[in-house]
Amino acid sequence: MLLIHCPYCKSDLPELEFANAGEAHLVRPADMSDMSDADFADYFFVRDNPKGVNLERWRHAHGCGRFFNAVRDTVSDKFLKVYPAGEPRPSDAEVKALLEAQAEGRKDGGSGA
Amino acid sequence: MKTETQPHRVQRGSLSRARAVEFTFDGKAYGGIEGDTLASALLANGVHLVGRSFKYHRPRGVLSAGVEEPNALVGISRGNARHTPNVRATVQELYDGLTAKSQNAFPTLAMDIGAVNDLMSPVFSAGFYYKTFKWPPKAWDKVYEPFIRRAAGLGEAPTEADPDRYTNRFAHCDVLVIGGGAAGLVAARKAADEGKSVIVADENPTFGGWMLCDSDARIDGKDGPAWAAQIIADLKGRDNVTLLPRTTGFGYFQQNMVALAERITEHMPNPDPDLPRERMWQVRAREVISAQGGIERPLVFPGNDKPGVMLAGAAQTYLNKYGVAVGQTIGVFAACNTAYAAAFDLYEAGCEIAAIIDHRDSVEQHLLDQAKELGIRIIAGASVAKVEGRLRVCAMQVKRHRQEKQEHFEIDALIMSGGWTPSLHLFSQSRGKPRWDADAKRFLPGISPQNLTCVGLCNGADTLAEVFEEASGGTYSPKIEDDVSTEGGMVGACATAGPDAKSKAFVDFQNDVTSKDIRQAVREGMHSIEHVKRYTTNGMATDQGKLSNMHGLAIAADMLDAPIPQVGLTTFRAPYTPTTFGAFVGNAKGALFDPERRTPIDAWAAENGAEFEPVSHWRRAWYFPRAGEDMHEAVDRECQTVRKVAGVFDASTLGKIEVCGPDAAAFMDKLYTNGWSKLKPGRAKYGIMLREDGFIYDDGVVGKLSDTRFHVTTTTGGAPRVLVHMEDYLQTEFPDLDVSLTSTTEQWATIAVQGPKARDIIAPLVSGVDISAKNFSHMSVVECEVCGVPARLFRISFTGELGFEINVPADFGLDIWKQVWARAEPLGACAYGTETMHVLRAEKGYIIVGQDTDGTVTPHDAGLSWAVAKSKPDFVGKRGLMREDLTAEGRRHLVGLETVDPKTILPEGAQIVADPNQPIPMKMIGFVTSSYWSGTLGKSIAMALVEDGFNRVGETLHVPLEDEIVEVKVTGTVFYDPKGEKIDG
Repeated sequence: MLLIHCPYCKSDLPELEFANAGEAHLVRPADMSDMSDADFADYFFVRDNPKGVNLERWRHAHGCGRFFNAVRDTVSDKFLKVYPAGEPRPSDAEVKALLEAQAEGRKDGGSGA
Repeated sequence: MKTETQPHRVQRGSLSRARAVEFTFDGKAYGGIEGDTLASALLANGVHLVGRSFKYHRPRGVLSAGVEEPNALVGISRGNARHTPNVRATVQELYDGLTAKSQNAFPTLAMDIGAVNDLMSPVFSAGFYYKTFKWPPKAWDKVYEPFIRRAAGLGEAPTEADPDRYTNRFAHCDVLVIGGGAAGLVAARKAADEGKSVIVADENPTFGGWMLCDSDARIDGKDGPAWAAQIIADLKGRDNVTLLPRTTGFGYFQQNMVALAERITEHMPNPDPDLPRERMWQVRAREVISAQGGIERPLVFPGNDKPGVMLAGAAQTYLNKYGVAVGQTIGVFAACNTAYAAAFDLYEAGCEIAAIIDHRDSVEQHLLDQAKELGIRIIAGASVAKVEGRLRVCAMQVKRHRQEKQEHFEIDALIMSGGWTPSLHLFSQSRGKPRWDADAKRFLPGISPQNLTCVGLCNGADTLAEVFEEASGGTYSPKIEDDVSTEGGMVGACATAGPDAKSKAFVDFQNDVTSKDIRQAVREGMHSIEHVKRYTTNGMATDQGKLSNMHGLAIAADMLDAPIPQVGLTTFRAPYTPTTFGAFVGNAKGALFDPERRTPIDAWAAENGAEFEPVSHWRRAWYFPRAGEDMHEAVDRECQTVRKVAGVFDASTLGKIEVCGPDAAAFMDKLYTNGWSKLKPGRAKYGIMLREDGFIYDDGVVGKLSDTRFHVTTTTGGAPRVLVHMEDYLQTEFPDLDVSLTSTTEQWATIAVQGPKARDIIAPLVSGVDISAKNFSHMSVVECEVCGVPARLFRISFTGELGFEINVPADFGLDIWKQVWARAEPLGACAYGTETMHVLRAEKGYIIVGQDTDGTVTPHDAGLSWAVAKSKPDFVGKRGLMREDLTAEGRRHLVGLETVDPKTILPEGAQIVADPNQPIPMKMIGFVTSSYWSGTLGKSIAMALVEDGFNRVGETLHVPLEDEIVEVKVTGTVFYDPKGEKIDG
């Protein structure tokens, strides 16, 4: 069972308290009336399923109840970063640095949590 | 009960002065000693034959002295509900009155007719099932599957429910040590010295591991048991150390979460009923130290599975720990030095050592010297070629490598050692990648991605000096004498079990996999160990290959002429040893499996004879039968009473969400299809909530209490997800809106009073508001007092009759229900349940989301277009509703159905066709969603989703059932009071 850091409660808490809420940084268009069916399908139905870094939403369902975003490596199943909803998407450079930090942690035999 | 003497008990080991106990095996009474395992007690009585193998039904004896045991699997019974199959006799602690039974043998263990399989073994070779049960396909049902099912499985399942209690516990610590042998104890002491909180778990009843079995080594002058006793006493005395005996670390999960199974009563003759049988620990440790040790490998030679053939370390354990000599004239077959220590110990205890056969060509001088001193013959560069004896070994044939001549030895036990395999189970489960130690031909822990340290034999430490060095980080280096290194040994088949050998040399004892099977699998194209494993079932029995994996791998690698790491290592998975369902289930069974929610009024319903039904997690009153009434009669009476007089209904389970804040109306406008900004405070409205794709997600009546406060109701089952759906949009899409959302489902008790006399019933109870028809019209809401308690009163109807819903704080719910009932009953009203509620709403065509909709139904499909605002610029689902498929012609619409014979009630879910005479499979054009008998109307009524249904009203359709085809007429959905004249009473 993972320990997940809630960025609002500022605490590492068991996975049981959290619910995954799918891909992060999908923005609901303010005006969808002119949106083509294809664009709507992309927005609502189509999701990435990456091997490796995934930006995803979580909700601290049995805690503060709030949504936040996370950078998780789907290969190691490790959270590389969590941040409140509304904060910008991490840059590619930041993601790369997070992956490198994870690799370093592994060399040390550390938990990397 | 007759207790036989224990002829093989010797004055050695810590048990010799312990209390005597009695037990039975296959109905025969034996004596043992407290502290024995079932295996040691059987061996003390000279019983080696304890089971039959799975496939060939070969007679099998005790092979090991630990959890790796593949042969000695027995059923332990404490009555029908407490029969445990496949218990390893080598770890089952003996208690007075223990009842054990052998498995897989009929009629008796000694005379088993299944043994005919052994003679037919050429047929049952590797891949037998894949090759045999293939053709013709029709044979599967009648022949193959019944045959396989009868042959499959080992042991008998208990026939009654498990009456015992299991618990679980979460724990945190700085250091979790798995394994309480020499390495684990020293590592635990070091961590404890550093002030860390430490948990030490060991699967055995006593800590000390191999130290309790070793009669040679001296540590600062102390022997193994004395050294262990001292360090255990030291650890026991510390506040920061928890010692968990009989506790297996069986699973290693993310971020150092380790699962432990603690067996609490399994060793007790009469367990205290207040004690749980087992306890599951979930330990989160900052650091885990694996001190799992190693497992001794058998040798692969012809006849290595006969009763009396045993691991050398096991024989040494039975001798030094339990005081049992496993034979009188013992052969020794070794490929490493530890077997010599076993041989010398047995000699010292008075056994005769027929010879030590060493597979290696040369033997170290000090062993030759020691053997010579004791007069024990050593034959180096040789292998056992044959083992004689059926139910017990009686002789062995020994063949020197590269020579034809064989030598015969009469023996009654044969002990063997192929060396020691470091236990990588927990390391591998932590997602660590093992590394190959080419010199020692073994896998060792590499790097773990978790904070895990392996110490001792599981990390390749072969001597006590190395073990202590590793476990203590160099801080503990006592004087060690007479230690025996665990280095050396061999993997793969012995010289006498080469590719040309004809007899069976077993690799996996429990699944009857031989060296020939492995070779055959490779020949037939299995080149990865994962394929070899599945083709032969090597390592797939309940022991999960603890003894067989390395040999299987080496034989396959040899056939492939490839290095072992290239052939691969199968993955270790949890659980390390079989773990009971009870331990996993813990308390989560019966009423605690999925806790039931009850309303504040539930107790009244129970007292008044309600039948209940589950609705999501709630227990709801279903109907209130009076004496002599069946469900049908009760529901008929309740329905007609509501329509003629009135009824009182507990609606407390309705989901309720308080939406408040300056932007509450704007938020409601976004989340529901209709408009809320212009609704006047004091008014209520039916709202539909969509998902972004345009399909109905939930519905309910919403009361606007003020411009900044809404009382939202949801479906009973939908409340949690509706709140999450709202929170999701509020937090992540509309964070600028100043709104707060609060679940109030359990804060309000809701009492619905429906029927022509509803106002008469409640009027005297309500104060602070005029509820006359003129001033409190349909779809009104007001904050007032009911029976002196602050209340929210709705004028609302889910029946089509004049109706009110009284919301009061939950703690007052029961009392106010009783006061309402005290008014209602004398007027001739009834209490009604969910079934009547369903009939009444269906008569009016009111939908239930999730019953009349299924996640593919739009408001238009459900006939609710009127509830979708045309002018709002945006709401969730607005764009979705514009999708081509959702606006297309011919979608399924919700319509009413009347059966041509009014007495016929359609089954819900029944499929609908246009032409009943078309060939099968017929084209289905819809299905029944709701169907009831309407006592009020004197006919059956139904709702259905039917293709292009709105345009089919008046058409005749057909519902094919098992025995008949029912003719139905398509109607509108409002069956009762279509003009809505009853709503004002």
